[in-house]
Amino acid sequence: MLSWSKHDVKNKRAFDKPRLTKKKIFTMASIRERFEIPGKMKTWSLALIGIGLVAFIIGLVTKGMSKDEHERAIFLGTLMYNTIYWTLVCNAAMFFICATTMAWGGWQISFRRVTEAISTMVPIFGSITFVVLIYVVFIGKNHDIYHWLSEEAKTDPILKGKLGFLNPTFFFIWTTLAIGLWALLGWRIRKLSNEADEAAMNGVSGAAFIKQNTVRAATFLVWFGLTVGSTVPWLWMMSIDAHWYSTMYSWYNFASTFVAGMSLIALWVVYLKNKGYLEYTNQEHLHDIGKFMFAFSIFWTYLWFSQYMLIWYSNQPEETIYFKHRVQGPYKGIFFLNLIINFICPILILMKRAAKRNYTLITFMAVLIIFGHWIDYYQQVMGSISKDHVTLGWFDFGILSLFVGLMIFFVSKSLASKPLIPKYHPFLKESIVHHT
Amino acid sequence: MAKKKFVVGCFDDEAVLFPAVKKVRTAGYKIHDVYTPFAVHGLDHALGMRETSLHTAGFIYGITGTTTALSCISWVFTKDWPLDIGGKPHFALPAWIPIIFELTVLFAAVGMVLTFCYICQLAPFVKKHHFHERATDDLFVMVIECTEKTNTADLEAFLSNAGAVEVKTEIAEDGWWLGRYDKDEMPFQTNTVLA
Repeated sequence: MLSWSKHDVKNKRAFDKPRLTKKKIFTMASIRERFEIPGKMKTWSLALIGIGLVAFIIGLVTKGMSKDEHERAIFLGTLMYNTIYWTLVCNAAMFFICATTMAWGGWQISFRRVTEAISTMVPIFGSITFVVLIYVVFIGKNHDIYHWLSEEAKTDPILKGKLGFLNPTFFFIWTTLAIGLWALLGWRIRKLSNEADEAAMNGVSGAAFIKQNTVRAATFLVWFGLTVGSTVPWLWMMSIDAHWYSTMYSWYNFASTFVAGMSLIALWVVYLKNKGYLEYTNQEHLHDIGKFMFAFSIFWTYLWFSQYMLIWYSNQPEETIYFKHRVQGPYKGIFFLNLIINFICPILILMKRAAKRNYTLITFMAVLIIFGHWIDYYQQVMGSISKDHVTLGWFDFGILSLFVGLMIFFVSKSLASKPLIPKYHPFLKESIVHHT
Repeated sequence: MAKKKFVVGCFDDEAVLFPAVKKVRTAGYKIHDVYTPFAVHGLDHALGMRETSLHTAGFIYGITGTTTALSCISWVFTKDWPLDIGGKPHFALPAWIPIIFELTVLFAAVGMVLTFCYICQLAPFVKKHHFHERATDDLFVMVIECTEKTNTADLEAFLSNAGAVEVKTEIAEDGWWLGRYDKDEMPFQTNTVLA
């Protein structure tokens, strides 16, 4: 019988231990129920937020309040891609919960609270995104970013055809609905999960919980498909190149943020394991998270290539315009760096089974992938706003540090606010005995 | 190919099988194989088998496919028969990626299947001895290879103590031979007279 002591969990070959039998019951030596935020973590996150705020203020003065409209566009564009990226990455954690729930997965339950904590960032980052986007559309009225806002759009034959979708009213309604419902539907799922901690479940209440959980997850997924899976990336990012379009675009962005979201989950899981929490989570679970990182890196590449190859092949000027300055112009370096970080590295490094079970390697790859897709978002947005020179510099990294700081600060707070293991979840045992 | 003596122990519970495997190994007996009706997680580790190298082979086959496709297409389109297709450069890499990918998958898949069959000695008309019919149904069949010094009676008692529901000693063919399973008499066709 397995007695799940700390030693067993850390043991690299836990399956060599005596197997589970029906006759015996689980005994856990000791679970550390609650995460306590280490002082160092708080200091670091506040320091990152501080650096970010300083960068934001300096950027606001030098770029945001500049008389040059192009400089202002660069300022807003930098804020845009950072907020959109981090909102979608944290939202991917909720997508992960819902997708695994719908698949009746059990293996992820032991670290489910980590994914829930990451998804609590959606309302926070979502409101920042909302403020930035609404500012761009309604107050800044920045034509350098959204060309469809200008008067020309009403006479331009192509833009005229898109006005039903690309207009400030629809933009406002859809953005509000998208962010609001992600936050609301995600909150309902977390609420159910919290309520489940109150009392142990029997067969009947357990089945009722699973059903309720599945229904709520399905609701979220439908909305997720309508927004992240299709309209939102078109509306927020693709419309920067108002004349251009690609049907791959939203899936590409979904893949990008989902793989970064999985990497973020991996980072938090590894961090908590290092601090001695998440006793039920071990290499088996890390292996599966690693598989997601590996598989969706390839999926992202598949979409990257499909988008690129079709446009390259048909060679229509109105389509190739998007890639012209990215492949042959100033963004050439970043464009191929993107492919190296997000495809070559994951496929070669994460291919081996041992790599996906190695905490250090997974940490390294997770950081690399999150950075890589941040670069991907950078070139998608800024490559269209500032076509003739690459703007990547202190301001981008400053804003990145702001978002990383906020993410660490609030996720750790949310982790500390409730038990780390959903101990009454009906599928928890499945997660404990998970074997990859 | 040689006839060898084996002691066979059948278990009806996975939870009994694992400790039994451990006991048998600690006692120093050589387990020939354990036949199970389904893939049992962790049994390969319990038996002390090494990690398979099939995936490494798969990687090599895949790389072979990649290079075959890339060298073939690039030779045809740049040296052997250059064609102007839509004004594209002769070395039109993006257009070749799908074919390179397909050939990588094809080589890896076919190569791995053939390697797997070779390792497991699976092929049409290749026959191997079945130690117990119920290994394909509901029994975990552990087969222990005997040496000249093995006391089979002791070993059978040892297996029974470890929880085997059925034990027997058999002299059986170790390797494979050519034959056809469909010509065999099936267990359910055997007419046993019940007393």
